[in-house]
Amino acid sequence: MKTRRTIYLPAVLMCMTGLTMSAQTGEPYIHDPSTIMKCDGKYYTFGTGGGGLISEDGYHWHGGGVRPGRGAAPDVLKIGDRYLIAYSATGGGLGGGHSGKVLTMWNKTLDPTSPDFEYSEPIEVAYSEDNEDCDAIDPGLLLDPTTGRLWLSYGTYFGFIRLVELDPTTGARKEGNEPVNIAIDCEATDLLYRDGWYYLLGTHGTCCDGPNSTYNIVVGRSRNVEGPYLDNMGRDMLEGGGKMVAGSGNRRTGAGHFGRYIEDDGVEKMSLHFEADFDRGGRSVLAVLPLLWKNDWPVAGDPFVEDTYEIESERRGYGLELAVDFIRMQGGLHRFWEPQKEPVEPLKDQTLEDVIATWPAGDIDVRIGDYMFRPHQKWTVTAVPDAGGYLGAPYYKITIEGTDRALCATPDREVSTVEHFTGADEQLWRIEQLIDGTYRIMPKAVPGCDEELALISVADSTPSLGKFDFSSDNSKWNFRKR
Amino acid sequence: MRTTRSIMRGLMYSALTCGIATASLYASGKGGLSSGLTPYFSKPETKSATPNADGFIGRWLMLEPVDKPNRSNTVFTDSYLREAFDPGNCPGGMSELPKEGQKIKVGKQTLRWHSLDSKLFNVKLFRFATGLEKQYYGVLFWVVTAIDCEEDIPDVRMSVGSNSASMWWINGEEAVLLSGDRRMVMDDCMSKRLTLKKGRNIINGAIINGPGMSDFCVRFLHENGTPVTNFSISNQ
Repeated sequence: MKTRRTIYLPAVLMCMTGLTMSAQTGEPYIHDPSTIMKCDGKYYTFGTGGGGLISEDGYHWHGGGVRPGRGAAPDVLKIGDRYLIAYSATGGGLGGGHSGKVLTMWNKTLDPTSPDFEYSEPIEVAYSEDNEDCDAIDPGLLLDPTTGRLWLSYGTYFGFIRLVELDPTTGARKEGNEPVNIAIDCEATDLLYRDGWYYLLGTHGTCCDGPNSTYNIVVGRSRNVEGPYLDNMGRDMLEGGGKMVAGSGNRRTGAGHFGRYIEDDGVEKMSLHFEADFDRGGRSVLAVLPLLWKNDWPVAGDPFVEDTYEIESERRGYGLELAVDFIRMQGGLHRFWEPQKEPVEPLKDQTLEDVIATWPAGDIDVRIGDYMFRPHQKWTVTAVPDAGGYLGAPYYKITIEGTDRALCATPDREVSTVEHFTGADEQLWRIEQLIDGTYRIMPKAVPGCDEELALISVADSTPSLGKFDFSSDNSKWNFRKR
Repeated sequence: MRTTRSIMRGLMYSALTCGIATASLYASGKGGLSSGLTPYFSKPETKSATPNADGFIGRWLMLEPVDKPNRSNTVFTDSYLREAFDPGNCPGGMSELPKEGQKIKVGKQTLRWHSLDSKLFNVKLFRFATGLEKQYYGVLFWVVTAIDCEEDIPDVRMSVGSNSASMWWINGEEAVLLSGDRRMVMDDCMSKRLTLKKGRNIINGAIINGPGMSDFCVRFLHENGTPVTNFSISNQ
């Protein structure tokens, strides 16, 4: 049997030099990104001051979005085959005037190169006078899936966040509708509905202060779209209540302007900006994070961190491993029923050098087994930035720690490993945290197969590829450090 | 959020430079209060008041805003506030209640104390200032009230929310400091456990704000989180 003794040094060095995590690439510079919309295969978001970002894959972003009207913090919603864009025209500023207007307009497409790209004439749907306790900016849209009614929240720190109803066919204000106060102490609000709850998300904290921005996203919920929106302590958002959804961290400050994106059943993401990305000179950037739900409260997940993990099956708790001989540890065996007189000495971990000579060359199958923190069970997950991406993250390669041996999808819709990573699509993996905190792992492509498949457990000890099913623990995995 | 920071700064500067409400908007209303005040405040018509059902204290003596220019609320660090809120600067001191209408000299300003009942659970200082046609940005507000207890009420906490930073004292002793660029959140900060003594307890507060709205809410909570309501509030 031919054996392989080479240990892949770059992977080892990567692990020694620190951990990295994915961030949006390209030129993701924006403030107050509107809810991300997919239109004709591309992703779009618009920001404060006009313009917007476009992405072909949801990971690499560039300018080019077109939104007239400038103003602050727009939002976008697809209704039927049209896109409704809400934005605000304001002359304000924290210490300035507070006469504001919220306007809506339609477009058949968000692609500025499309012949169908044409905004309708904006319609004013809400306003504020200079001296009232409201500043009509920062709109957020919700089409209630239970009633078909269209709602718009707006406002900022200057007084109340208000809710009005719009006509979903025209985008105009419903005749006779009066604004309802639903919150204070926040801005850049957005609404969402889930499982009988209406959620009001607002941005709290200090805006526009770069690395010192304390902006953070908070939430309250209500059984009624008109409120009261209470936080987890029962505080009304009209009393300043709010449970934090996302704040600063990972070298980025000033989380603001929530937007929800439902990728699939159990796969949700949230868009936001960070007002200062320390790795981008403090510029305000678009971010896309997993959106988790804990006890019916939304929580931002963390960006995936490149590192070495056990890949644990949620089905039984076993770990993904190479199908190779289990090499027993020597020493450390004690007759525990008898007194021990020897000094206590720590055992050394089994190392790759201890076992790699026993591994065959070429492809090695994978299985799921008792996790014993052995080399054939430790997977290093590394971003492959040039391989494209999906909404929020790049594709990853998943290799055995210290080697170039990579997890891959096979033409027979199974999963195996190849001795050397080549960058082929079947060796690239899409890793997404699910709303319950577990993960979906999907190959970028399965040779000869057009279906989107995910890594699944078909038995306690057997992995395969199959249709993702959020209702089954077979489809879920955990990345564990242990 | 806003359009651009430069616009914000420019407008903020002009507002802070001028910093007073438009007179035409705040003509005198009924009952002696201006129309700008009446949506938010009323004149006390009884000798004493009670907290609302949630324990919030609505009756306060409030001094007209002291000029304290700040273009941003991000400067309100602990050390800045301890200097700005030095009890020695409290107009009239902290041991006695001022009288309604009493005037006092603060620097170059002559300011007046106003006894008011808030119509809301919180006290809208921004509207207090605009309703009086006074400076409303770049200001420091001093407020005071007295609560009378029939017996000692031990193991309670003073609970405060304020926009922006503030400091609070009970019977001259510091109870709570809310530093930084704050928004008014109910139960944002609490004092350590304290005893409201039988008889009179004087509560002083100082709230500072650069641009934006300013308000506060104050109540006392028992150990189990329920509001303390068995006291009366007096401004006399």
